[in-house]
Amino acid sequence: MKYVLLFCGTDEDARAFAALSADALQERYAEVGRWFAANRRRIGGTNQLQPPETATSVRFNGEGTAVVTDGPFLEGKEQIGGYAEIEVADLDEALEMARTWPGRGAVEIRPVVTTR
Amino acid sequence: MAGARGCGDPPCGDDAIAATERALAAVFREEAGRLAACLVRVLGDFASAEEVVQDCLVVAWERWRADGIPDNPAGWLWTVARRRAVDIARRDARYHAKLALLAPTMQPGDGQDDRLALIFTCCHPALSHEAQVALTLRTVCGLSVAEIASAFLVSEQALAQRLTRARRKIAAAGIPYRVPDADHLAERLAAVLSVIYLTFNEGYLTSGGDDPQRRDLTDDAEWLASLLATLMPAEPEVLGLLALIRLHRARAKTRFDGAGRLVLLADQDRRLWDHAAIAKAADLVLRAARMRKPGPYQIQAAIIACHAEAASFPDTDWPQILLLYDALLAHLPTPVVALHRAIAHGQVAGPAAALADLDELSQPLDGYHLFHATRAQLLRELGRAAEARRADERALGLTANPAERALLEQRLTVS
Repeated sequence: MKYVLLFCGTDEDARAFAALSADALQERYAEVGRWFAANRRRIGGTNQLQPPETATSVRFNGEGTAVVTDGPFLEGKEQIGGYAEIEVADLDEALEMARTWPGRGAVEIRPVVTTR
Repeated sequence: MAGARGCGDPPCGDDAIAATERALAAVFREEAGRLAACLVRVLGDFASAEEVVQDCLVVAWERWRADGIPDNPAGWLWTVARRRAVDIARRDARYHAKLALLAPTMQPGDGQDDRLALIFTCCHPALSHEAQVALTLRTVCGLSVAEIASAFLVSEQALAQRLTRARRKIAAAGIPYRVPDADHLAERLAAVLSVIYLTFNEGYLTSGGDDPQRRDLTDDAEWLASLLATLMPAEPEVLGLLALIRLHRARAKTRFDGAGRLVLLADQDRRLWDHAAIAKAADLVLRAARMRKPGPYQIQAAIIACHAEAASFPDTDWPQILLLYDALLAHLPTPVVALHRAIAHGQVAGPAAALADLDELSQPLDGYHLFHATRAQLLRELGRAAEARRADERALGLTANPAERALLEQRLTVS
């Protein structure tokens, strides 16, 4: 099955990340690198996204007119920081990947619509 | 929907028919889950399996009520199920492969019991707790939507939606249909046990209520725990939960008096307890303990066994119970467990000691009526009547349960 893992975090997670010492930061990046290496065969496309303040949203109003605004759609607590497309046997395998994600914050697992 | 358990049929007072219906219900509970488990494996999805099981039960209900239960009810159901499953598989573009599976695998008692996989899938952590409970009762126990809805006091429509959403998620999110591997078994088993325990508690709280038509969920919970104990005989926590449920049920009759009023443990008539069932359940606790893998259900069962085996309230082995609560706290460090430990501590060291323990818990348990009711009891024992009254009033303001309210109101009139 195909899923997308959405790597998310709150402002608080972002602050905790920013507060890491240079050594800790390097270690964290190394862990993330090892995670990607270990899951290489499962992962298709993956990207880290620029922070939410760089986002621009285009929303269609009732008349179908596009309205452009600064910022992400949701002023919610969790922001998406990156994603990975994965191909695994089932949700348990996807959960195992998410559980071992070293980047902290939160991981949302979304199955991908596939045409059979 | 009402057909399966005859919910639409008013009892006509005929003993023979009542006996038939009880026999039918017993056969259905045994076979519905087996049938569903095998069908999910063969058809590959919960919704189709559900449809077949439902059809079979409706047909069986009509026929058996007229002609009596056949000698081999399982075989009868499986024949009907196979026919319906073939119909469903034909609708499916990929039916050839599935049809090939149907012939050899769909036999009653073919040595493979898929119900364990079924249980673990129904209780998958990717489903909400409510969905886990509803799906387990519906699919593993074969309860009707109407029965589950009435047991949980939700509308049939809401419950049906909950089930549909859960089945859809299993398919769309790729929740696997299997028993988890050894690495994840403990964690996943805990989720299954909590579904069974939740079902039991729901039934326990409402049993003795004013609606005799409401299904006895404690019976279904015991059946589920006992099924799980058969399927996983080497898991001591499963035995612990089964023993815990049986120990509660063996004493359930004395929880209420003739007028439906709640009777506290200290005042219950112990002669009315089912002592044979208590002895058997206590043996089960010992059997589990010999496996040397203690856990919260085993410890709770051991605590209840101590109460159940005591000749009277003062004869209770309180020091032993206090030790067991210490062990339970290590596994389950919650304020509610700490409250129960404090009560046991009070029996060993006196009400002042217990009251000091309670002071530590006033923050997390301020909204919990039993915290205030317990405090009231201890304050009364210490002769602090005015404070006791205030605590009872707090408790009264925090519970809507009629039996508990009646008890607290009575205390307030007496004091």
